[in-house]
Amino acid sequence: MKYAFFPGCSLESTAWDFDRSTRAVCRALGIELEEIPDWVCCGSTPAHASDPGLAVALPVLNLHKAQATGLPVMTACASCYARLRTANFQVSRDADERERVQRLTGQPYDGSVAVHHVLDVLVNHFGLEQVRTQVRRPLAGLRIACYYGCLLTRPPEIVAFDNPEHPTAMDDLVAATGAEPVDWPYKTECCGASLSMTHAAVVCRLSHRLLSMARQAGAECLAVACPLCQVNLDLRQADATSAHGALPETPVLYITQLVGLALGLSRKELGLDALTVRPDRLFAGRDVTAAGAAGGRA
Amino acid sequence: MSQPIPWIGTGLADEVQQRAGTPVSACFQCHKCSTGCPIGPEMDFLPSQIMRLVHLGAEAEVLGSQAIWLCASCAACTTRCPMDIDIAGVMDALRIMAIDRQVALPDAHGRQFHRSFLGSVQRHGRVFEMGMMTAYKLRTGDLFSDVGKVPQMLAKGKLNLLPHRSGGVSEVRAAFRRAEEEGRKP
Repeated sequence: MKYAFFPGCSLESTAWDFDRSTRAVCRALGIELEEIPDWVCCGSTPAHASDPGLAVALPVLNLHKAQATGLPVMTACASCYARLRTANFQVSRDADERERVQRLTGQPYDGSVAVHHVLDVLVNHFGLEQVRTQVRRPLAGLRIACYYGCLLTRPPEIVAFDNPEHPTAMDDLVAATGAEPVDWPYKTECCGASLSMTHAAVVCRLSHRLLSMARQAGAECLAVACPLCQVNLDLRQADATSAHGALPETPVLYITQLVGLALGLSRKELGLDALTVRPDRLFAGRDVTAAGAAGGRA
Repeated sequence: MSQPIPWIGTGLADEVQQRAGTPVSACFQCHKCSTGCPIGPEMDFLPSQIMRLVHLGAEAEVLGSQAIWLCASCAACTTRCPMDIDIAGVMDALRIMAIDRQVALPDAHGRQFHRSFLGSVQRHGRVFEMGMMTAYKLRTGDLFSDVGKVPQMLAKGKLNLLPHRSGGVSEVRAAFRRAEEEGRKP
């Protein structure tokens, strides 16, 4: 299995631990990643809220580069994933859009490069059974609320590889690591996304609501698959609880960090030190990270 | 709203429909979009009210609303609309119309964030977060919020002091230039 990997800007900065853990998990499972050379920003929300031409042209510049590799694309950031899929959707169904994107990027593009999210790759391409056989340190008994957010599931005709209102791919994946996914109702509620920069108080209200419901459902931590969700729930957690009421500290890990732990990868290989709310308490009394170094079957 | 809004025709609805490429006039006010909107409590108009104001041609109210800038583009509304209206896409179209028409924004934070973000992309081909945040703070005058988080983010390697320039930056700049030229055409 081989993919053209599109990391995106967040994975170079606020979400470097998502980058590191995604690459480490793929390496451990034998999934080859070839980073798209000279990739550029997908434009994210600022592009689609400002200029409909740029909103398609920026993703297409990357899809051109991916096309040259002959490989399907894999992303980890949910926003990049949604923007690349949306560009494909618009270009493939609308001749005017194809003409415009050719004018803006200087090259024709037909919308045919396949784009997948790492969660889709792990669950549907690699396979849950295969993951299960590779687990070296089961996360037995760890209660996890899987949080999908918006962009992995909506709008479904463009992005969804799962049920848009009740997705289960991440729950199935954490169950394959031996952990217990909790049933909770806010799997796809929005965290406020980029309002984090402009209206942090809104994000604090939404994050508090999510964390509080995850706790009520019995979760000890959250699993996420989007850099914006992670920042809003982890870096803003202290602000959220001071504004809206105390909650037990709740670590917010990327799904790839949790899978990596179960595969026996070290905390360094998974970038666990980048988390604001430290995950150590989760693993006290478990042997998950005890060995520290890579390998070392417990 | 205490003031009744007079009926002034369908020009606004037609324009929004054309820009957003979605059947705005099909909205029958079921309010499902508003019920599921995570930002509803903070909005001056709920998404279904924005749709109705568009029908009524209430351009000043719609383009001057805070709601269109508070929308987080989560697309819960778009996904659930029984008439398949892309309501999140309508919010994008309204933001662009508000800028085109130089409407006085009730709150320019969203607009300044988008400008700062896209400026960074144009300059480096990728977002350089430290530069983008500095530009945003200078534009809004909101210099001190979240500054306390910077040392911690630097220590955890979550912010870079120098940009990563993409080798594809010239293509990005060309796309920005052509998009701007297209935007200026009548």
